[in-house]
Amino acid sequence: MSQELSVSVWRSETNAFQEFAVPAQDNQTILDVVSWIQANSDPTLSYRFACRVGMCGSCAMMVNGEPRWTCRTHVKKVLKSNSLQIAPLRNLPVVKDLATDMEPFFDKWVEAKGVFQGTKTRHDAIEPILPDTAERVAASTAIECINCAVCYAACDSVSGNADYLGPAALNRAWSLVNDVRDGAYEERIEAVSGTGGCHNCHSQGGCAKYCPNDLNPSASIAGLKRKTTRNWFGWGRS
Amino acid sequence: MIRPHRNHPLWLAFMLHRVSGVALALFLPIHFYVLALALTDPAALNDFFALTENIWVKITEFGLVFLLAAHMLGGLRLMAMEWLPWSDRQKTFAATAVAGAFAISCSFFLSAVSL
Repeated sequence: MSQELSVSVWRSETNAFQEFAVPAQDNQTILDVVSWIQANSDPTLSYRFACRVGMCGSCAMMVNGEPRWTCRTHVKKVLKSNSLQIAPLRNLPVVKDLATDMEPFFDKWVEAKGVFQGTKTRHDAIEPILPDTAERVAASTAIECINCAVCYAACDSVSGNADYLGPAALNRAWSLVNDVRDGAYEERIEAVSGTGGCHNCHSQGGCAKYCPNDLNPSASIAGLKRKTTRNWFGWGRS
Repeated sequence: MIRPHRNHPLWLAFMLHRVSGVALALFLPIHFYVLALALTDPAALNDFFALTENIWVKITEFGLVFLLAAHMLGGLRLMAMEWLPWSDRQKTFAATAVAGAFAISCSFFLSAVSL
């Protein structure tokens, strides 16, 4: 690796990429590169991050055309001809430079009935949930989402249909339709059956390829397709 | 050029299914028109059959059979994915569908050129 990286960063004011030279380090993440530029080259550069350890889901960007969590993406892994291209996430409005407006993404979580609807009160006994039941195993496959919107940016179905709920929201819905403690199964199945629902998915698998937590929203959406089809025929839940 | 976020096997499987579907939709009206010549103009149909002896027509037919087989086998993969319990072997299934389509279309082509 040479001593300086050639980095193209998307700037919203000029609607074009701006070139920066950034000192190369042995261990360096994409977020380190962006932070170096903001601290040393151009303090007006806007971007978003919080935890720096892959938990908060704030720092995702397009790196060389692929969506990635930048705090856990090492430069060495993605460097091409000693250069990097860094842009805001696809499929979301840009607030400024590398910071996207996440509101449409989270609105769709609400539309997909992504809020847990408990059926017990604090006065009820805690319900034992056995971890090896089929429902709990299915729910557990989908619960480690950090809301980074990497899958949303990878998805061409989202690009093609503004109403499509997207892989993250549907993955959340899959987790909840398998949660035996939840009391909103019918509402949720209805929510994911509509015009923006799971049947818009073209099974391209970009969500599963790029999910930084190795989740598989494609599998969750296929599961929702089975559940909604069963519901349409009146065949019950499982 | 394929954009970087699309450069993976299941996106290519999606695109093959889409392109083969559109190509077959364009082909089928022509196919039915030619079949209808059997009733409306048998002499023209015989002339058309003579055209099918041309090697380039046979190569084109090989492509058509490949697209038809790829669409059928790829469609079976998608139906299995959406109706049967999930399997993580989707890339293997997609590759198998393409290999199957290639085998079917090659068999057709060998049969066509050996007659």
